[in-house]
Amino acid sequence: MPRPPARPGRAPRLATILAGAAALAGTFAALPAAPRSGPAPETAEAAAGPAPLGTREETAPQRVVSMNLCTDQLAMLLAAPGQLHSVSYMAADPRASVLHARAGAYEANHGRAEEIFLMRPDLVIAGTYTTRETVAMLRRLGFRVEEFAPEATFADIRANLRRMGALLDRAPQAEALVAELDARLEAARAAPAEARPLAALRYAGSWSSGAGTLAHEIVSAAGLRNLAAELDLAGMARLPLERLVMGAPELLITGRPFSPPSLAEQTVRHPAIDPLLSRAAGAAISDSRWVCGAPFTAGAVEALARARRALTGVDRASLPSDPAASVAGLREFAR
Amino acid sequence: MKLPYPWLLASLGLLTGVLFCASLLIGPAGLGLSDSLAALLAGRGEAETLVMREIRAPRAVLALMIGATLGLSGAAMQGYLRNPLAEPGLLGVTGAASLGAVAAIYTGLSALVPLALPLLALVGAGTAAAMLLGLAGARGGALTLILAGVALSALCGALTALALNLSPNPFAATEIMFWMMGSLSDRSWLHVQLAAPFMLAGWAALAVAGRGLDALTLGEDAAASLGLRLDRLRLAVVLGTAASVGAATAVAGGIGFVGLVAPHLLRGAVGARPARLLPAAALGGAALLLAADIAVRLIAPERDLKLGVLTALVGAPFFLRLVFATRRRLA
Repeated sequence: MPRPPARPGRAPRLATILAGAAALAGTFAALPAAPRSGPAPETAEAAAGPAPLGTREETAPQRVVSMNLCTDQLAMLLAAPGQLHSVSYMAADPRASVLHARAGAYEANHGRAEEIFLMRPDLVIAGTYTTRETVAMLRRLGFRVEEFAPEATFADIRANLRRMGALLDRAPQAEALVAELDARLEAARAAPAEARPLAALRYAGSWSSGAGTLAHEIVSAAGLRNLAAELDLAGMARLPLERLVMGAPELLITGRPFSPPSLAEQTVRHPAIDPLLSRAAGAAISDSRWVCGAPFTAGAVEALARARRALTGVDRASLPSDPAASVAGLREFAR
Repeated sequence: MKLPYPWLLASLGLLTGVLFCASLLIGPAGLGLSDSLAALLAGRGEAETLVMREIRAPRAVLALMIGATLGLSGAAMQGYLRNPLAEPGLLGVTGAASLGAVAAIYTGLSALVPLALPLLALVGAGTAAAMLLGLAGARGGALTLILAGVALSALCGALTALALNLSPNPFAATEIMFWMMGSLSDRSWLHVQLAAPFMLAGWAALAVAGRGLDALTLGEDAAASLGLRLDRLRLAVVLGTAASVGAATAVAGGIGFVGLVAPHLLRGAVGARPARLLPAAALGGAALLLAADIAVRLIAPERDLKLGVLTALVGAPFFLRLVFATRRRLA
């Protein structure tokens, strides 16, 4: 149950506080009303994710603050004009955020309870893995906080899109995005008869993505096999250089190095990989589209599918070169 | 029962050789013995050859050279300072070398000029070694030396962590562990090429210092009356330690305790003469580090366990034993 935020005794802010309290009181009063029978998407995925019935409100939230790169981007895609007030500072980072150009329109936050408190949001959206103390603190202060788990599958993306749509009272827009995602994935899918070349993901510090990760889903959806998963690695796991070389993948997917450099990124271009690269018909870049699950994740699948067709000779087009400068190893940091 | 000196060196050499071969044969790729040898010697199998020649061989060579460097410089510092607690890792020489290397890598300088990496590490290690030897000197007490060493390692560690945390590269902060603890995973021949000349030059300087260290055991005045130039000896120890430890740290991070343990294990066997201890400690250090590097691959092959973890596990109890022995002697 939401209750009005504790009020500090500062006169100049009194008006805004009263307004906020009134708005919250309004929603409070509206709560007992029967849930609306709107055009709610009732699929299996939606049932797994959406908010409990009691938190669906008559009036959509008007001042939403998102504290997580992935929820930032879902919210930017779905929010009505003026509805989203602030996104995290990472949303403006072109290396991690696909929608970085749009993030400038919102105030940036750093996930700290104090700044969020002063923004007076009527809905706070956070990730389940980061800023735990902030979320606990905001809840104690009486804010409504909704948490989103990071997407590890395309089903998760659909569920999170629909849940965000429901929270922002933008369900039809969410359905449209889900449909767009599905259509693009379908177009990139490999025909059953097509060869499925072996790909390997290698981020800075010998990290790779095994089964149960979004990167693995992207690779699989593009019609490629994932070396880490075939070596029984699950989640973010280290793929030792020796096993990578022995696996002899046909496509190497790496992040784009930062500047200034770091040691971890140097191991990405170890001399033992060079012959692999020249034989493997090249490498693909894993960029900001790989960091968060959203409709734009389909873009990563499409780029990989083009790389696969170039490899198998179905389509002699050259390997994709993507101008977006970004790095996939950021996944760990983004969450 | 005491082994004659040549036999001692021969058996240490044999041990080091066996560990070197073991280091070549152990790794996550899980190659068989005959496959490994065929790939290493005859280049049979493309992937196998890459694994043996480009991944494991440079790693084993680096372990050998860096272990020898640490053992040798530990023995030389203990000989010069006539203090059993002297060691490049404990006294902050490796820490200062790490700081120099960090400055070279994370500013992007080493990407432009590869030699900047060992050179800046050398400058760091040289500054630290000169400061220590200047502060404690050939007649300085153990207390001064340890205090100076603690202050220096803490300062260098803090500055390294600060530089890595301030780096705009998100990976940099996660690499503090590497610079504090050291690792040989995924090193290549490029690293060997970069570090080997400096390590060899440092070894040569320390080898030359051996005779002077022998004379110094008689005391400074007696040594001077024998015609020993103390200032030259000090220069040789500082430069030798700085060049070899600096280069070693630049490519493998700060690996502690090897320089403390190796000379101590062998001092009794060589009869407490620094010039004889130097080669034995070098071989002993190489064997220790090769063993530690094999162990990190056996204990947690996928976790990239740092070398310093193992050397500290062995070295810290050893250090405590030394402290107790020193206390008994002082009491």
